[in-house]
Amino acid sequence: MSASVWIILLNVFGVLIVTVVLAAILTWGERRLLGFWQDRPGPNRVGKFGTLQVFADMIKLFFKEDFTPKFADIPVFILAPTVVMATMLIAFAVVPISPNIGVTDLNIGLLFVLAMSSIAVYSVILGGYASNNKYALLGSLRAAAQTVSYEVFMGLSLMGVVMLSGSFNLREIVNAQAEGWFIVPQFLGFFIFFIAGIAESRRTPFDLPEAEHELTAGFHTEYSGMKFGMFFVGEYLAVILISALITTLFLGGWHGPILPPFIWFCLKTALLICLFILLRAAIPRPRYDQLMKFGWKVMLPLALLNLLATAGILLWTA
Amino acid sequence: MIASQIRSMWLVFKHLFRKNVTVQYPDQKPYLSPRYRGRIVLTRDPNGDERCVACNLCAVACPPDCISLQKTEDADGRWRPEYFRINFSRCIMCGLCEDACPTYAIQLTPDFEMCEYDRQNMVYEKEDLLINGPGKYHDYSFYQIAGKAIAGKDKGEAQNESEPINVKSLNL
Repeated sequence: MSASVWIILLNVFGVLIVTVVLAAILTWGERRLLGFWQDRPGPNRVGKFGTLQVFADMIKLFFKEDFTPKFADIPVFILAPTVVMATMLIAFAVVPISPNIGVTDLNIGLLFVLAMSSIAVYSVILGGYASNNKYALLGSLRAAAQTVSYEVFMGLSLMGVVMLSGSFNLREIVNAQAEGWFIVPQFLGFFIFFIAGIAESRRTPFDLPEAEHELTAGFHTEYSGMKFGMFFVGEYLAVILISALITTLFLGGWHGPILPPFIWFCLKTALLICLFILLRAAIPRPRYDQLMKFGWKVMLPLALLNLLATAGILLWTA
Repeated sequence: MIASQIRSMWLVFKHLFRKNVTVQYPDQKPYLSPRYRGRIVLTRDPNGDERCVACNLCAVACPPDCISLQKTEDADGRWRPEYFRINFSRCIMCGLCEDACPTYAIQLTPDFEMCEYDRQNMVYEKEDLLINGPGKYHDYSFYQIAGKAIAGKDKGEAQNESEPINVKSLNL
């Protein structure tokens, strides 16, 4: 095989393995950070600083009974957790990590990511439906409504970026930010996308589909063992994906002084992941009708306004 | 609204630089005061005799009924428990037995590490409960203070006690 094939394979498997490993490490990192923010150490006993906690959890999950309820729709029940992990991993394919790292340069990369994150919702809906359980169904209904309403302005908030860079290709969007990051002209877009991203990845404050206090565990009430693990890792993959996307679209991707491009990308993404965790530590969950009202009556008009203003200014200056 | 959310995020973030409040128990032992209510012991008076007089007040006071004892009497007139049994799998460490005890015999200690694999091992007999010291009250000896007559100490010979007076002999 020629050298270029090797480089492609290295990119593909590198991105795949690194993201999955990162998601696994994040299960420990999140608990550790949450601990610090709550004046306690978090998991720190397995290995140095608790770094081996991930393996302990994995062993536990593998050896747990992988229970499939008799009343469940079994093929769908098994399929559901794989969907979220698969779509999230596929979405990483178009994220440009540095000038020469990245799986593919899709000319509709942004649309591809949005599509993949939409398909991921099927996982929740199918999981909740197939569980044949009231709490799970309520959780998945919430997930469906929440995702549909937040997806609308998630896409709209990005159109400003697309207009400024004139491309759907994520690599070209990053290149367009060489002079200045899009967070400055598109701050509103960044803000809206960030909130929509939290709702997309179903993290606290928008974790109503799995609100523990109301719905036991929401859509994954009936899941155990590694199937639950896949939902779990899927959630963390979503966090990493949204953080990587915000870095790419608004924070100039790999652009930055002194440090090499790869380090800049990782640094920005890591900071955003920490911000996600800080949100979980600090912000309480809204009521469900408040969530919908906020989405449709505040965020959607704001996104439209942002779109209109960006388009107007672009036309004015053109 | 947004401002208050950002403020609460900032307040939570500041906790990153605070000291943890967790005491990492098996490595780090917390300070327990001498009056901490833990494992129950039976103490002895300064002469090394059992303080317990088997009055049963602790057993009566005990809310979960985990104390069981039987009185017996020595040749010298002392009362003593024949057996004294505390079922620590029921004990709630409330300390009411200690409060009820008229002779300072039963006392709670700051030790709480008494896990067992077998539930039966949580039942402590008198030999397990008795310690070789006076506990929290170093000089107290019930029979030296109380008016009860025992061999070698008749009525009126206790500390702070006067000779008994025969009321009928008083010619008023």
